[in-house]
Amino acid sequence: MEARPDIAVLISVLLPFVAAALVPLVHRLAGAFTGWIVALVPAAGFVALWTLVGPVSVGAALPVAWAWAPSWGISLSFLVDGLSLTFALTIAGIGTFILLYSGAYLKGHRQDRFLAFLLAFMGAMQGLVLADSLIALYLFWELTSVTSFLLIGFDHTRQAARRAAIQALVVTGLGGLALLAAGVLIYTISGSWELSAANGLRALDVYPLLVLLVLLAAFTKSAQLPFHFWLPNAMEAPTPVSAYLHSATMVQAGVYLVARMTPELGGELLWNLTLMGFGGATMLWGAVAAIRQTDLKQMLAQTTLASLGLLMLLLGVGTELAVTAAVLYFLAHALYKAALFLIVGAIDHGTGTRDITALGGLRDTMTVTFIGAIMASVAMLGLPPVLGFFAKEEMYAALALGQWLPLVALGALVIGNAVLGAVGLVVLIRPFMGELLPTPIEPHEAPVPMLAGPVVMGGLGILLGFLPSLVGGAIVAPATSAILGSAVYSHLKLGIDFFGLPFWLSVVTWALALGLYLRVDFARTLLRRTELAIGWNFDRGFDAVYFGLVRLSGAVTRLLHHGRLELYLFVVFALLAAAAVLPLWLMGGLPSWPSSIDVQFYEAGVALLAVVGVVTVIVARSRLFAILALGVQGLSVALLFILVGAPDLGFTQLMVEVLSVVILALVMTRLNLDADDSRPFEDWVRDGSLALLVGVAVTSLLWSVLERPLDLALSRFFDANSVPVAHGHNVVNVILVDFRGLDTLGEIAVVMTAGIAILALIRGRKRRPRGAPVPAEDVPLPAGRKELA
Amino acid sequence: MDHLVALLAGIFLTAAIYLLLSRSLIRMLLGLVLLGNGVNLVILVSGRLGRIVPPIVPEGAKVPMAGAANPLPQALILTAIVIGFAMFAFLLVLAYRAYQSLDADDTDKMRVAEPRNAPKPPMSY
Repeated sequence: MEARPDIAVLISVLLPFVAAALVPLVHRLAGAFTGWIVALVPAAGFVALWTLVGPVSVGAALPVAWAWAPSWGISLSFLVDGLSLTFALTIAGIGTFILLYSGAYLKGHRQDRFLAFLLAFMGAMQGLVLADSLIALYLFWELTSVTSFLLIGFDHTRQAARRAAIQALVVTGLGGLALLAAGVLIYTISGSWELSAANGLRALDVYPLLVLLVLLAAFTKSAQLPFHFWLPNAMEAPTPVSAYLHSATMVQAGVYLVARMTPELGGELLWNLTLMGFGGATMLWGAVAAIRQTDLKQMLAQTTLASLGLLMLLLGVGTELAVTAAVLYFLAHALYKAALFLIVGAIDHGTGTRDITALGGLRDTMTVTFIGAIMASVAMLGLPPVLGFFAKEEMYAALALGQWLPLVALGALVIGNAVLGAVGLVVLIRPFMGELLPTPIEPHEAPVPMLAGPVVMGGLGILLGFLPSLVGGAIVAPATSAILGSAVYSHLKLGIDFFGLPFWLSVVTWALALGLYLRVDFARTLLRRTELAIGWNFDRGFDAVYFGLVRLSGAVTRLLHHGRLELYLFVVFALLAAAAVLPLWLMGGLPSWPSSIDVQFYEAGVALLAVVGVVTVIVARSRLFAILALGVQGLSVALLFILVGAPDLGFTQLMVEVLSVVILALVMTRLNLDADDSRPFEDWVRDGSLALLVGVAVTSLLWSVLERPLDLALSRFFDANSVPVAHGHNVVNVILVDFRGLDTLGEIAVVMTAGIAILALIRGRKRRPRGAPVPAEDVPLPAGRKELA
Repeated sequence: MDHLVALLAGIFLTAAIYLLLSRSLIRMLLGLVLLGNGVNLVILVSGRLGRIVPPIVPEGAKVPMAGAANPLPQALILTAIVIGFAMFAFLLVLAYRAYQSLDADDTDKMRVAEPRNAPKPPMSY
């Protein structure tokens, strides 16, 4: 069959979104069988992607692109190579079983909504791993964060779920921003939004910044220290979500990003050491934390942390063997961890508890689940010849180099693998072996859709272990080649090298795992005591930061948005004064005192009258007197206009002032207000100084304007053209109704709008009935004030 | 004369801002009227003052008389006076309605939109 990457991309990326929109309809028609039907969507994606394995395994990278925003040079481009195909196949394959499982697990809950979220997540995740365009990568990256938020908070009536959802969104959203910045940076360097077109990033000065941004994105998404705390909390989500998003796929997006960027950014000491350091620390942290738990789901979540750290560590080592080990381990882990989560979900579903101290002896009642658990735990332990065994052998071989840094990493890996193995034993033995313990629900086997996933995925982990050359040639070698950026050929083969160091390290790992399993209760008690003694953890740190930010923004809001009008105005006028006087002062433009003032006595008289009016407005003891004084200053200004050759202004001012005074007086007589301005002394000083400052600033500004020549070009134009062009003799009128006629239209519109608004205010609301209670937030009338007239 | 009117504009603005910084609505309205007049004077001075002679072209002439006032600031001010009046009228009615509804002319007591005890940001998830 001819490979059609475009169709495969459409089916795996677009179809889930379409299906997500249709799920409610399907659910209405199909009811309980919805899970079976929607599981066909990822199954179809898997088949479509599988047809690409042939060409990709011989080293092809298949680009797919659609025009998106051509004028900006942005296209919706995808690239199917060994790496993206490995991830895409895993997502589609596991997704099939997850959807099947969810249909049964969530029977009776809001199943349609849940399945729709899950499908949308699936599409986003496929888009993320297949995207070549940095914009598409960022978009899908954020979409996985958002869908993850919805899924973690699915049970949104519980506060713990809401908190976990917000926490995951905040932490991964932070990384998303870093990814966006990194994408823009790569675009500005390479001039193309396509990741595959990027090159030469290592040689640049911004390389460390780029590494920081990419690793911040990867570490937040993949829950590396110190951002690890959101992942265990995300276990508030329903179990299929934990199995799918928070072990096998979404949290692997960070690992994917690191792998994807390795050809561009890898190979430098900064990159390798950072990955090894944080990866190794996260692995040990997760391993130790897993021992501390008694909740099966929490144990698995912590081991997921450890596995993510392990993958980061291997990618940090970055040799061919290490990367091969990483790809193998990714596959093995996705299969066994998803299976184990589903098994825990089945146990929870069948017994009503997930606590290992309350479970035991389920092997007879939940036999099929037990078989699944055996297969998955064998993979987790890495017993030969399952896939996990080869992954472990490869990683030991990759680090057995004899130098001190790889040796430290090797030691950490042995310890980490041993603890993971011990947890695998706990999950396998505690719930199923021993005596049957009483549980909240009478233990019963899970339905078929819930068993299909664990059995098939667990079985696949074992089956693939017998076909190492097939897995190596079809999946691992192409993915490794894509990560390293150079052709790699598979060297995997069936068989155990009993004389190699890796095998004996595996033996040490198993021995340690067994030893730790036997003393696990002691270790747990010890760890719990230690944690109590420390009394602080990253989770509480998140709360402190989160609520600190909320408090800070609240304080800033209250500081700036205090609700006191006079203070808002004070700030505005202070800035006005500064804007008027500071440039003059700083640039030496302050005016000199005018040498001679050419004033006629009547002009001085009008000005004096205006000042008297203004001052009287302020100092008047009676309201009416102040209004009359307002009229005095207005009339003085009108007179002034006439004196300086502006009769039109004078007339208009006259009318407006008369109207203002009359209306004001009319309204005032209807109100009974305090006569005087009750401003405390300190306010009086404050307001007075600012007012004086603005006045002085404006006068100095004007005086300095008067010292400079005036450009009269516009005025001359109006003077010269008023009669010949507009046939009007009053130049001011001609400007208003002719040259700037549209301005006047706007002015009339403003007046009309004000009129309508006034009408609405007067008629719009009924007057509050006499004696009715004043609205809340109101204070009672001050003593001595009368009722409304 | 220009310098005198510039000084007058400063005095108008001083008084206007002093009144606007009051918490009493009616005093703010008075301040608003003064502010309008003050700003008009600022525009007038920026275009330089004439003396008596308006920018009107006499019958038969093509341009205004020599020494006629600058028409441009006058056109701007004319617009400003009218709009200022519309604004004043609107704010007056608004203040009146506010007084009727809230029984207060003190802006500090008009806290419907920004209540004094604004709810604290939520401290839980």
